[in-house]
Amino acid sequence: MAAMTGLERGPAVPPVRRAAGRPRVWRAVVFVLATAYFLVPLGASFWYTVHTPTTGVSFAPYGELVTADGFARSLALSLGLAAATIVLVLLLALPAMLAVRLFAPRLRPVMEVLCTLPLVVPPITFVAGLGTSLRVGTDVLAPTPFWGTLVAIQDPGFPVVLVLAYVVLVLPFVYRSLDAGLRTMDVRTLVEAGRNLGASWPYVLFRVIVPNLRSALASASFLTLALVLGEYTVASLLGYEPFAVWIVTVSGSKGQLSVAVSILSLLLIWMLLLAVSSVFGREKKK
Amino acid sequence: MSSSRSRGRLGALPLLAFYAVVFGVPAVALVVGAFTVQGRPSLANVSQSLQGGYLTAMIGSVRLSAVVAVLGAVLGTFLAYAVVTSRFTLLRESVLTASGVLANFGGVPLAFFWIATLGNSGVVSGLIGLPSGSLYTFWGLVIVYLYFSIPLMVLSMAPALDGLRPQWREAAANNGATAWHYWRFVALPVLAPAMLGGVVLLFGGAFSAYATANAMVGTVVPLVTLKIASALTGDVLIGHENIALALSLDMVVVAGLVMAIYLPLQRRTSRWLQ
Repeated sequence: MAAMTGLERGPAVPPVRRAAGRPRVWRAVVFVLATAYFLVPLGASFWYTVHTPTTGVSFAPYGELVTADGFARSLALSLGLAAATIVLVLLLALPAMLAVRLFAPRLRPVMEVLCTLPLVVPPITFVAGLGTSLRVGTDVLAPTPFWGTLVAIQDPGFPVVLVLAYVVLVLPFVYRSLDAGLRTMDVRTLVEAGRNLGASWPYVLFRVIVPNLRSALASASFLTLALVLGEYTVASLLGYEPFAVWIVTVSGSKGQLSVAVSILSLLLIWMLLLAVSSVFGREKKK
Repeated sequence: MSSSRSRGRLGALPLLAFYAVVFGVPAVALVVGAFTVQGRPSLANVSQSLQGGYLTAMIGSVRLSAVVAVLGAVLGTFLAYAVVTSRFTLLRESVLTASGVLANFGGVPLAFFWIATLGNSGVVSGLIGLPSGSLYTFWGLVIVYLYFSIPLMVLSMAPALDGLRPQWREAAANNGATAWHYWRFVALPVLAPAMLGGVVLLFGGAFSAYATANAMVGTVVPLVTLKIASALTGDVLIGHENIALALSLDMVVVAGLVMAIYLPLQRRTSRWLQ
């Protein structure tokens, strides 16, 4: 019947949304249950951090956080790793994706498969392979100069090997967001126009392509930052102590502190994703 | 042509070289190591990885992931449908944003949230008198994993549900179909590929999760990721150092098989929902 009345009124009337204006009981039930399931742990965790039966309510764990032993060191390490990962993954992925788009379209399915594989392979199996190759590599390369390199990238002060591993782990996400960005513009025309007007390759890359890709680059960077800050598996099994590993170490002695950090990390993810969506939202309005 | 092709290779070369070293070498090391015992080729690792406690762990992981995937898919679809058909745009937007955040919220912090809530000295477990250790079980892990799985399902179902045209339901109703007929013969067949794709995503997420399980249950619940980690950190008999690699190989095979279902399905979904 709805369809018939819609036809009688003519095509100018927008289609009636299904179930609009008919609030159903099941929907209310779904929302109540979902709200309870998702909000109770949030509230309970917050209460856990601020309340102890002996001392009552106190925000001390949040203040204690800043001065806690290892907090600054592990957070600085994580941020440094994230920055290095972002720079390296963009420097590797962007030229490769542009080159494939412009000169070797037949390589595109290959790139797509390569850049999706790290998503299929569970990170822990990647660590198993990586750890083994580092161990075997150090033995095999002992007589050669590469041995020094292999030792240097495992320096606990700034483990370059983690940066390399993280580049692989974030590659699928970076590939997707750059691919989405490149789809929105006519790369070939832009590059050819720039080149015909006498611009050099670096000039075309940094003054023509990159400005058009700003939002895709930003979202790739934010996602990488979120992923690296929360990464535990690879770092802990290779024996390093960035932020996520530090939280587990500290949780043994300071339960409240570790939950407080967890709440803050949820807030951080929230802010990073809001930043991504606002960057994209602005782009759409243009 | 030849110059442009070589330029294409030049731009892609750094990434390909990097990939070959950082991803390729570990992959080769993994496969070779899995079939090596004390420097000699052997099937002992792989056969041992499919026996006894290791087999139990693998079955435990698959069972956990399957339960999380199916429950998460059903609950997530209900939530997504409730959101998509809601009149309130604000509600819709906020649920989708929250899903984006929670789907990315895993690892260690997630474990601590639930330990603070339902753990032995948790806030809620004290209120409802939960027996000690209830969270550190198979079903405890299911509840925790659903916390990021349901939002992931909402995110992957929302576009598909948006693609269900009201006209289809009206056409079905005009032809005398009941609500049940509509869902059974129209809506579900259209949604099935998206739902199965979601199930696969959830399965993969739960299957490869390590940080949450490690921070929560330690070794109480047998899971293959926990077995790999303990084997990597030296908890194996002499001569079986490579068992971690064989277990990893088993995991990659399972994950690969599951993903092999996903990719063609995704193509089918995108064709239907143009």
